[in-house]
Amino acid sequence: MNARAFAFVLSLLPLAGFAQGFAGLGSDADGYALPDPATRFVFPEDHGPHPDFRIEWWYVTATLDGADGETYGVQWTLFRNALAPGGDPDRQVWMGHAALSTPDGHVSAERLARGGIGQAGVEAEPFEAWIDEWRMAGPTLSEVTLTAQGADWAYDLGLDADGPFVPQGVEGFSVKSEAGQASHYYLQPFYDVTGTITLPSGPVEVSGEAWLDREWSSQPLTGSQTGWDWISLHLDDGHRLMGYRLREADGGAYTVGTWIAPDGTPDPLEPGELTMTPLRIAEVEGREVPVDWQITLPERDLDIRVEALRDDSWMRTRIPYWEGPVAVTGTHEGRGYLEMSGYAPPRQDD
Amino acid sequence: MIRTVLSALLSHWRRRPFQLVTLILGLALATALWSGVQAINAEARKSYAAAADVLGGGGVSALTAPAAAPIPVETYVALRRAGWLVSPVIDGWIEGDRGRVRLLGVDPFTLPEASPAAGSLDTDDLAGLVAAGGDMLADPVTAGRLSAFGDRVVPREGLASGLVLTDLTVAAELTGQQGYSRLLIDPVQPLRQAPLDEAAPDLALSEPQTADDLGRLTDSFHLNLTAFGLLSFAVGLFIVNGAVGLAFEQRRSVFRTLRALGVPAGTLVGLLTIELLIFAVIAGAIGILLGYIIAASLLPDVAATLRGLYDASVEGTLTLSPAWWLSGLVIACLGTALAAAGGLLRVARMPPLAPARPRAWAMVSGRAIRSQLLLAGLCLALACLALVAGGGLAGGFVLLGGVLLAAALALPAVLSGLVALAGRSARTALSEWFWADTRQQLPGLSLALMALMLALSANIGVGTMVSSFRQTFTGWLDQRLVSDLYVSARDDAEGGRLRTFLEARAEGVLPIWNTEGDILGAPTEIYGMADHPIYARTWPLLASLPETWARMGRGGGVLVNEQLARREDLSPGDLLDLPGGFRDEILGVYSDYGNPLGQVVIPLQVLTDRYPEAERTDFGVLVGDGGTDDLRRALEGEFGLPADAMTDQAALKAFSLSIFERTFAVTGALNVLTLGVAGVAILTSLLTLASMRLPQLAPLWALGLTRGRLARIEFLRALVLAALTFVLSVPVGLGLAWILLAVINVEAFGWRLPMFVYPLQWLWLGLLSLAAAALAGLWPAVQLARRPPADLIRVFTHER
Repeated sequence: MNARAFAFVLSLLPLAGFAQGFAGLGSDADGYALPDPATRFVFPEDHGPHPDFRIEWWYVTATLDGADGETYGVQWTLFRNALAPGGDPDRQVWMGHAALSTPDGHVSAERLARGGIGQAGVEAEPFEAWIDEWRMAGPTLSEVTLTAQGADWAYDLGLDADGPFVPQGVEGFSVKSEAGQASHYYLQPFYDVTGTITLPSGPVEVSGEAWLDREWSSQPLTGSQTGWDWISLHLDDGHRLMGYRLREADGGAYTVGTWIAPDGTPDPLEPGELTMTPLRIAEVEGREVPVDWQITLPERDLDIRVEALRDDSWMRTRIPYWEGPVAVTGTHEGRGYLEMSGYAPPRQDD
Repeated sequence: MIRTVLSALLSHWRRRPFQLVTLILGLALATALWSGVQAINAEARKSYAAAADVLGGGGVSALTAPAAAPIPVETYVALRRAGWLVSPVIDGWIEGDRGRVRLLGVDPFTLPEASPAAGSLDTDDLAGLVAAGGDMLADPVTAGRLSAFGDRVVPREGLASGLVLTDLTVAAELTGQQGYSRLLIDPVQPLRQAPLDEAAPDLALSEPQTADDLGRLTDSFHLNLTAFGLLSFAVGLFIVNGAVGLAFEQRRSVFRTLRALGVPAGTLVGLLTIELLIFAVIAGAIGILLGYIIAASLLPDVAATLRGLYDASVEGTLTLSPAWWLSGLVIACLGTALAAAGGLLRVARMPPLAPARPRAWAMVSGRAIRSQLLLAGLCLALACLALVAGGGLAGGFVLLGGVLLAAALALPAVLSGLVALAGRSARTALSEWFWADTRQQLPGLSLALMALMLALSANIGVGTMVSSFRQTFTGWLDQRLVSDLYVSARDDAEGGRLRTFLEARAEGVLPIWNTEGDILGAPTEIYGMADHPIYARTWPLLASLPETWARMGRGGGVLVNEQLARREDLSPGDLLDLPGGFRDEILGVYSDYGNPLGQVVIPLQVLTDRYPEAERTDFGVLVGDGGTDDLRRALEGEFGLPADAMTDQAALKAFSLSIFERTFAVTGALNVLTLGVAGVAILTSLLTLASMRLPQLAPLWALGLTRGRLARIEFLRALVLAALTFVLSVPVGLGLAWILLAVINVEAFGWRLPMFVYPLQWLWLGLLSLAAAALAGLWPAVQLARRPPADLIRVFTHER
């Protein structure tokens, strides 16, 4: 789960929303469609938007090796947020986030667009998701080009999946709390990537792997959940691990995930089976953010350390959050992405 | 010593508190009108700057379509998808209470952070703005004028006044505008983008509107106000001059005694200066307070005028800077210095043994009157020079001021001559004395009478101008608004259907299609005119070639409005370059009051051929007898047109006239205030004179005239002088009106108006001035009638 859309919803709602957990994500679904355990994914239709639901995202992260020997990370995200129930295209707002992690730093950009005029949107077939000139498109979602840019950087990548789409939770019905909040959720963790990133210093050829999250819901969080820590890991033995820890206001947490076999067979983890323990806290933009984690999954004899490549992988978007590439060491080696949201800014005395 | 001298000097004011009141009042009134007008001007300019900042994008440049055509949504999306960070804006007007309100619709999702509109919004606003039936943000005063929109209106401190900020979709819904007015270009653009001429070949980069643009347009209006402020200030200074002069003259004996006791002339003058400075500061402070009240009560009308005439957003709030307070005080002190310079000079030059007799400062010699007449001649010469050689608005005001000043300066001489003439025809000793005494009193009253003259002629002049303008304007509206109903479609396609629909049901359909373009370097409206006989019958032409209408019908020429013709010195027969490299002969010039822009009318067919982008949404409909309401209902039913898309002739006329009336409401108010100041001047002069006149009246009383009779004679004298002044001010006022109509209006607005005379107005004004004089004369007369005889006897016992 990488429900960073909380930021998005938050940016559209009065700050009073803070009082009820993560604003939109924790509030009632009044009038919106609700995730249904009986629903089964139908592709390619489900790659397109589900406007009856309140929120939805197309979320790509990629860990890349440059021809220059450096490691790079790329994020490309398109959020859809309904302003009102009913699925009216005019009452949708789209938001794009893009980021590029380089040895020199972490740069990010943000785009917003109102729906209904063609400035942003998603078509299932042939697949195209876009906001402004940022674009993820191809004949199918398994074979797309991905592009985004900021003021002095850009990337143009080709993504080719050599594995299936992987439903999360039970047949794609992903439960987010003991109270039953849920979303529809599937992954594509098997993309091979080649392409170019353009830096102020010039273009760099890159290759690596990418991971797509597709999720839609109307109220995936409870009012008492304050934020989450999410990982998507490509392990060197071909397994993939997705896991997240939803933090409760009282200090507790709800931790779930999926162990994915190299052929794409998912093994949904029971709540608590996966453990995530912060090892090191860094101060980023004045906030205390855990950038070094111990992750264990005793069932799979997994005990790894997940460490941020850069402490400052900070998304300077309207509602900021931490998102960046990580290295995996321990019983398993590999790399992936870490996202952390809901870390409160320092109290301001004003 | 200084304290003793000062207390001796000040004791005068304790004995004559009324004179003190006069002095303070005159100075306060003068300062009040001046600083009131300044406050209004400053407020308006500040509003222009704020509005231009927000509307113009505060230095954020924008893309616009040619001829100010709306930019299609598709073009915007194409630009965004080509990597251009642009943000759409809808810029329009909505009807508020007491006039229109500027509406700025922005896209909160793409608004550049550098734009002032973004600075006015915070994150909390977003949800309300983009909600269905979204919020309308406005500063509290403007919000107060939007009662029709209920609780959608959210008051917000710090927004530019006269401006409503909404989401784009709300703006589109409220203004009915399709597409966008312009696209703001974010100063920060991404790394790669398609060339602009590929992504949006039709759009052009436009520099933001600046406060200067509006400033130039409204300059003439503010100059008008300033001139009025100056006039009032001058009238007020007459009062001060009179009061200071009288006080100096009455204290001659004190001065003499002080000088004889050894007070140096320099000390005396210095102390008198300090005394005046104190008065000036007190009066200045009162005047600033009064000025604030005047400005605050006039500003709403001024704001309405500026909105109506120039599309300038000004709101009825007044904020005052320390600079304004200071300038009010400075102007009060300068005014006092100006008014008292002569008196101070005389004190400085006075020999210590000068006669103590209060030898009538008033009894200026014939030489003084003659030198004043000479000065009047000079002023007139200067005015004539301004008329012949000068140009521009400033020249017009020099002419105006010169004529007014000359008339005022010549007044004592003319009155003196008239009274002398009347004296010659006197039959009885008493009437002979009456005229002679009147003539002797003239110099004392002359300043007050000059003030009255200024006020009266300004009143007649401005009144004639406004009434002439109103009569011309009303007549012109009748001619110009030929259609019974004006209908606006929401887009060109609906316009086409509308036209077909209307043609089947009405006597005539006159498309009112227009575009905009640069003509001779200035933005100009270009209208298309259908070939319809009604134009030939009614359209008001000021000048034309033969067969104008037949040639227009054949598509061979253009008409230009008076503003453009005067500005560019065009006349029928000249050739005019139109946008797109076309050149046409000017067939006629038409009057176009109330429009600050130049305008060109070309045949409709020519418009659509040459400028296919011209909007084709507006139509005038000739309905025929009384079918307007039926047609309106039919249009509502058939096209679902909103009520505000249809305006009938009567409503349009009423709207235009209401703008007109508001425009001159301010002028009228200032006029009345000036007249009031002049009335005070007469009253104070008569009152101060009355106390000095006992020595002249006592002998008559001794000869057998009763006090009552004497009082009646004094009262009559005030009336006669006021009446004479009024009669003299009529021709001056008419001259003034001519200057306003034929010189100032042409320079300020670009149109010349025919002059009409309104004798009935003069009658009212005459009665008013008589009433003012009567009121002013009554008090001294009553005081005289009640004077104890002992006072009169005492005149003979005093050795003076």
